[in-house]
Amino acid sequence: MSLRNSAFAATALSFVTAGGVFAETITIATVNNGDMIRMQGLTDDFTARTGHTVEWVTLEENVLRQRVTTDISTRGGAFDIMTIGMYETPIWGANGWLVPLNDLSAEYDVDDLLPAMRSGLSHDGTLFAAPFYGESSMIMYRTDLMEKAGMEMPTAPTWQFIREAAAAMTDRENDINGICLRGKAGWGEGGAFITVTANSFGARWFDEDWNAQFDQPQWAEALNFYVDMMNESGPAGFAINGFNENLSLFQQGKCGMWIDATVAASFVTNPNDSTVADKVGFALAPNSEGVAKRANWLWAWALAIPAGTQKEAAAKEFVEWATSKDYIELVAGKEGWANVPPGARTSLYENPEYQKVPFAQMTLDSIKAADPQNPTVDPVPYVGIQFVAIPEFAGMATEVSQEFSAAYAGQQTVEEALAKAQALTNEVMESAGYR
Amino acid sequence: MATQHSRSAARIMMAPAVILLLGWMLVPLTMTLYFSFKRYLPLRGGDLGWVGFENYIRFISSSSFWPSVMTTLTIVGGVLAITVVLGVFLALLLNQPMWGRGFVRILVIAPFFVMPTVSALVWKNMFMDPNYGLLAHLWEFFGATPVEWLSQASLTSIVMIVSWQWLPFATLILLTAIQSLDSEQLEAAEMDGAPATKRFAYITLPHLGRAITVVILIQTIFLLSIFAEIFVTTGGAFGTKTLTYLIFQRVLESQNVGLGSAGGVYAIILANIVAIFLMRIVGKNLDT
Amino acid sequence: MARNVTQRRKILNTAAAWTIGLLIFFPILWTILTSFKTEAQAIADPPIFLAFDWTLENYGAVMERSNYSRFLWNSIVIAGGSTILGILIAVPAAWSMAFVPSKRTKDILLWMLSTKMLPAVGVLYPIYLLFIQFGILDTKIGLVIVLMLINLPIIVWMLYTYFKEIPGEILEAARMDGASLKEEVLYVLTPMAIPGIASTLLLNVILAWNEAFWTLNLTAAKAAPLTAFIASYSSPEGLFYAKLSAASTMAIAPILVLGWFSQKQLVSGLTFGAVK
Repeated sequence: MSLRNSAFAATALSFVTAGGVFAETITIATVNNGDMIRMQGLTDDFTARTGHTVEWVTLEENVLRQRVTTDISTRGGAFDIMTIGMYETPIWGANGWLVPLNDLSAEYDVDDLLPAMRSGLSHDGTLFAAPFYGESSMIMYRTDLMEKAGMEMPTAPTWQFIREAAAAMTDRENDINGICLRGKAGWGEGGAFITVTANSFGARWFDEDWNAQFDQPQWAEALNFYVDMMNESGPAGFAINGFNENLSLFQQGKCGMWIDATVAASFVTNPNDSTVADKVGFALAPNSEGVAKRANWLWAWALAIPAGTQKEAAAKEFVEWATSKDYIELVAGKEGWANVPPGARTSLYENPEYQKVPFAQMTLDSIKAADPQNPTVDPVPYVGIQFVAIPEFAGMATEVSQEFSAAYAGQQTVEEALAKAQALTNEVMESAGYR
Repeated sequence: MATQHSRSAARIMMAPAVILLLGWMLVPLTMTLYFSFKRYLPLRGGDLGWVGFENYIRFISSSSFWPSVMTTLTIVGGVLAITVVLGVFLALLLNQPMWGRGFVRILVIAPFFVMPTVSALVWKNMFMDPNYGLLAHLWEFFGATPVEWLSQASLTSIVMIVSWQWLPFATLILLTAIQSLDSEQLEAAEMDGAPATKRFAYITLPHLGRAITVVILIQTIFLLSIFAEIFVTTGGAFGTKTLTYLIFQRVLESQNVGLGSAGGVYAIILANIVAIFLMRIVGKNLDT
Repeated sequence: MARNVTQRRKILNTAAAWTIGLLIFFPILWTILTSFKTEAQAIADPPIFLAFDWTLENYGAVMERSNYSRFLWNSIVIAGGSTILGILIAVPAAWSMAFVPSKRTKDILLWMLSTKMLPAVGVLYPIYLLFIQFGILDTKIGLVIVLMLINLPIIVWMLYTYFKEIPGEILEAARMDGASLKEEVLYVLTPMAIPGIASTLLLNVILAWNEAFWTLNLTAAKAAPLTAFIASYSSPEGLFYAKLSAASTMAIAPILVLGWFSQKQLVSGLTFGAVK
């Protein structure tokens, strides 16, 4: 590895001296997730290869969103690369705010990207952001506790089974909660989770004429089910738990099951951080009995280049480097295959080394089970599973999820929360001119 | 002659500060007013034309508006009440003879130096977390069920956090004021047999009036715009959405600059109502 | 007899004051202690107060991940720069308000304070667009200007209350002796005003240091101060109390130390003329 690196360094150097390449400094805004922090630590490899240096702006997810959205919509130009998701990419791409990634090098092998990821990060067939890692949702559960409860996890369980198993695994004396799920307000946190849960109960955000559907029985059923199950078997204060809170609860052995992002699998099975690393099993996200859709979402954190940056060429080199097959191998060499960024490339799942990783197959199956074009049982006018790909969604879904979180905390009833969600969603859609 | 001379000199000397602040107020205010009459949606291509008062009507008729005004006033009022009452108490205590007053003062003043983001993070994670938080352990130690602070006592929690940050400020101003109190007057009252409560009510408290006004004025200015404490802890859920936070949601989360600007104008109006109200009392109390 | 009573009261007062003082300080103390624990010890149940394996690994991890010295330097420049600039502008204004008061002086002062009540987030877009126009996005000079403007009303008001306490007779005496306006300010006023200016300076360094909205939203990599540094530690994956504590300690330590060393000046600065 190091031999190869120094070889690259040598070529890069000769390029620089030959005057063929200008060394630039690019500024990258990114989220403070583990995989991105790892990427920061490996920046030297990129600099050695290309001569460009990188300035990192690492921010917590909410701050990052607000920061990059302000900058791109005002053409601020503060960043050369932004880390964005599957929700923003098609909207920004359609606005002409992003540099199209249609001229990536042959060795990058753009056809190797998982089709679901590629299409989710494209607008009108043009790729606007390269997936750094991709995810769906799945069940992670404690094999030991499941056994102790005398039950067996099917590969594709129903919600009804999950609720029963959660109740059986719960052991309040020993601080074990049968199930940990997101309840935190925010469209990307609890909002995303409750949306896929509702999908798996046959609910949807809008009918085909953009009328909000929170007054429909499926939503009430899903929400009541969630609240009842969490009150029975969930941790204290679940209404403020998001991805990170649940991850640390699970790693500390305080959860029997956890349904969340597939990327979490590598964190809960990592013995350095997790006290339960060798006792974790995986299963497909559940559905309500008889409903054709499962609670599978689809998401990718991706790197995009804002249109108008002065350093487009260097930025593209970085995007290619960070989302390349070589980068995956670089991480595998340093940290092991279980820690490479998952869910972006087909070749990764064909790699025999990676197939040995316990959660690899279930991750791929979960991603394949997600269909952003047809997210719900009944037809909808929108694309996206845990989100609705329209600019108004982030704001209103955050408000809707705030109402839901208040219901989780017992400040209002589920019915009150749904009525408020219905009213405010219709209000937003009306002012945006959909209805 | 001299006054004429110094008067015009005074004007010149005041000019930079006044002009700068006028600019700092007028330029954004004008732009806010301009945007507030526009349909301005950055994600839909930006400026989509004039819409008259539509944003204003929409903002005020939203179901979140009045609750957010109430939340704002509750937080400001709650923090003011706690910091002033505890501040007076602490100032009285610190004014008593004791050992190591300087050191105690160092301890008491410390929270004022902590940046709001950090104090919100520390309180949220290390104290108010229902599983790992220190308060949860404390409750468990006494055999009680841990309180889910941020979801079930959300407003109380935020008032607690913010009060912790501002208590040092109130205490120190009140302490300085108490130290200037004529102790002979108090001793004379004591000799006359006035009980401690009466001495406090008739001598100390009136003396502190001016200092309390200053505390209220300065804190209100800062409290009306608190943001980090809410952003970090509840993200506006559980009835903790202040007017400032609602505007944040409209401008940044919903990307509706026009609507948010109209909200900004309302916030300015609210601030001015509070300001006029305050200045009535402050103006009276600050006259010398 | 009376002596005993006062002695006992002194003991009681001391005990009460120390208890309350420690209680108020405890969250900071706990943060500092936690920063020296391992992640597992940071969430131990029951909590460990002192008997843990003291480690510096969290500080190492934070230093490795972030360029702390740059964030620190930016904080120093921005907080210091905006305060000094603000004082340069405010001293003449406060001086003229204090010594040549007119009917409108108080109105102007209160108007200045009221500009602080504008909700920052409402004008984020306008200000951001202006910053792009002037090319000062992500520059220290841009932040120095904004923070100076934000704190200018407080600076003017504090200095005003100070200057007003300087007896006017001294100035008149100087004038009688034929001192010019410049000499008056330079040789008579300034020496008397130095303590007031010092405490104003301190308070505003603290306010600027802790400002977290504009410093976060108007910077990227080059000018980002410690408020942006802490924004990357607020919710990392998995256990993070110890690292969060280390980052928090690093963000507040400089200003805490400064505040403690200069607390005498600061305390007098906080009076806002409240003492009569």
